[in-house]
Amino acid sequence: MKSKLGISAAKIAKARRLAAQIAAPVQKFIAGHTTTTVERATLRLMGADMVSSGGVPVPNIAVDSLRDKLSGGVSRWYISALLKTGKTPQELNADIAGGLDISKLPLADFSAIKKAASGLAAQFDRKVSAHVARRNGRLNRYRKNAKSPLLYVIVATGNIHEDVKQARAAVLQGADVIAVIRTTAQSLLDYVPFGATTEGFGGTYATQENFKIMRAALDEVEPQAGRYIRLVNYASGLCMPEIAAMGAIERLDMMLNDSMYGILFRDINMYRTFVDQNFSRMINARAEIIINTGEDNYLTTSDAVEKAHTVLASQLINERFALNAGMEKRFMGLGHAFEIDPSLKNGFLYELAQARLAREVFPEHPLKYMPPTKFMTGDVFKGYAMNAMFNFVSKATGQSIHLLGMLTEAIHTPFLQDRYLAVTNALYVMNAMDGLAGEIEFKRGGIIAKRAAQVLDETVDFLEQTAETGLFGAIEKGMFADIKRPKNGGKGFDGVVEKGPDYWNPFEDYLKKELGL
Amino acid sequence: MMVKAYGDTLNDGSVQLSFTLPVKCSGKAKEAARLYVLKLGFRECQIVEAAPLSDEFTFFVAYGRTDAAIDYDRVDYTDAVGEDRLSMDEVNAFIREKFKRHVVVVGACTGTDAHTVGIDAIMNMKGFNHHFGLERYPMIEAHNMGAQVPNEKLIEFALQVNADALLVSQVVTQKEVHVRNLANLIELLEAGHLRDKFIVIAGGPRISNKLAVELGYDAGFGSGAYADDVATFIVKKMEESIRR
Repeated sequence: MKSKLGISAAKIAKARRLAAQIAAPVQKFIAGHTTTTVERATLRLMGADMVSSGGVPVPNIAVDSLRDKLSGGVSRWYISALLKTGKTPQELNADIAGGLDISKLPLADFSAIKKAASGLAAQFDRKVSAHVARRNGRLNRYRKNAKSPLLYVIVATGNIHEDVKQARAAVLQGADVIAVIRTTAQSLLDYVPFGATTEGFGGTYATQENFKIMRAALDEVEPQAGRYIRLVNYASGLCMPEIAAMGAIERLDMMLNDSMYGILFRDINMYRTFVDQNFSRMINARAEIIINTGEDNYLTTSDAVEKAHTVLASQLINERFALNAGMEKRFMGLGHAFEIDPSLKNGFLYELAQARLAREVFPEHPLKYMPPTKFMTGDVFKGYAMNAMFNFVSKATGQSIHLLGMLTEAIHTPFLQDRYLAVTNALYVMNAMDGLAGEIEFKRGGIIAKRAAQVLDETVDFLEQTAETGLFGAIEKGMFADIKRPKNGGKGFDGVVEKGPDYWNPFEDYLKKELGL
Repeated sequence: MMVKAYGDTLNDGSVQLSFTLPVKCSGKAKEAARLYVLKLGFRECQIVEAAPLSDEFTFFVAYGRTDAAIDYDRVDYTDAVGEDRLSMDEVNAFIREKFKRHVVVVGACTGTDAHTVGIDAIMNMKGFNHHFGLERYPMIEAHNMGAQVPNEKLIEFALQVNADALLVSQVVTQKEVHVRNLANLIELLEAGHLRDKFIVIAGGPRISNKLAVELGYDAGFGSGAYADDVATFIVKKMEESIRR
């Protein structure tokens, strides 16, 4: 890609080298550790599901019963139980839910366990391959109708059946991507709730059944819409890899999945998050699920002009961790946002500079661009104008995934009509200026080019400091988002376990092989 | 003084509305929307736009005229702060003069609410919309506990740092979760005989002073309030209780 901003390729390469240097010691830690949710996700990939009469999920029951054996991994116990009982995963799940303690069963012969594991991995592989083929087939069939950027909207009623109605309406208006936002605080649950749900606060529980219901609804509306509709959920929080596993099984298309978001914004332990994000990304990579990273959040707590470089730095770190998890660049939806104070003189030029810079640094990545939220007010009319400006920047700089701004952002979860107005706004702006990006060149030494160069310089400085301090230390010192998190603090730390010499996880082995790691 | 909505002539009572009906877009739907607006109490109604949201929903933009009027002089309303808001410098001078010590403020977004944007706007150094946050006030010791703080933790911490005031932010209001959570904090404080120990303030886009006072808070601040409003209330209230 020719740089319209005239930024230095050598500086970008330097920033990437620093990101690799920053990630390396963390990756070493990741390789030596597992977590309770990584083990539970592994069981889910094998077919563990259902809940006890008390509502405890089978993966949690199984992993809790093996708490003192986690350093060896739980896989051999679950598979051994399948062999010893001669049951299918569904039948075994029912038994575990009913009180069967698999840690008490004698272990089967390891060669038999390994053989059964290959069978389970092959089964998962067939399922995911079919999902990938179906998705790619439909994307290809409807490629004439594909929009760029993809228009992404959120539904958040708390009731999955109501979400379906709202999603269907949004699709018929022109939305390409539907995210079912999660209920407040699900990220802090150390288990995944079960079944279809109709109650939630500020969102709807991420459950496998809810995934299935929305997937079916979006597939159903596909012929009428003439587009394959992508479904999004949140592989974040304390159950990051489990949600990724469920998404792979139910053919989700995108997952919010950030390497540091949980640490900074949800106070989840940093060791836990780094291990979890790696396994979740391996699953996402195999299932060809596009991840969406959360750099927009940096700008809601810090100033979007002063801290613009932290967004680019985090994008580079997220890219490196994703590469380390075997993910191709075409699945890295690195995030950024339109959050500059609207009263700032030339703020719009800075937004253009930042968005174009992201595009030039990450030419192959499906960048995820987030709308204004921080400066949205009860003045919905002004908010609508701000969203039009955001739509303009997105189209003018070639963004890939465009989360539509809602005029009522500061007021409530979107009304049906708010989404319609948002889609109408985007379709108008983006159609009217369809070819403009190809016509734009930025003036050498102008405000925009200078701003982009400045952000890149600040990013390199920031990454140098981070590399020097080490990522764990940098987070502890509050270098990201002005939020300090102690290494051994936060939620979920007790679920981090050092792998023993006998650690065995056939799905980790399978994923590594598939992803060429 | 009786007042009505002003469109382009005094007392024309013109109001702009937009809403959605769960019916397929059609001429009949448009007429239904018009009748609906009349039923809301408008004397006249023009449906100026009808757009299908899906096969089962239609969006309308309407203008209506109403005869309803309000007696402005009889409107009962009180602000937590009113007109005499102190600036950041004035607040600091006030604290130095009246209390001769730092004022300790603990803020948190409590319960399951994960949205720190409100509490950050009031507390963070940077503040919001060119109003510095409490962390920037030299005479205020500000502790921002962040999001998803249980009420019990907030109280525990407030006792630990010997807080003068607690700021509780609630952004998510779905199914009245904010009311339950706000009420719970007051119950916990009362159960521990701690209610009088702190000035307790609620804030959030859907919080009014009236609602907060009804729930047992000293004050409530809605959207458009800044750190200087909150700081003014705290220092004036502290002075008041010293005088008493």
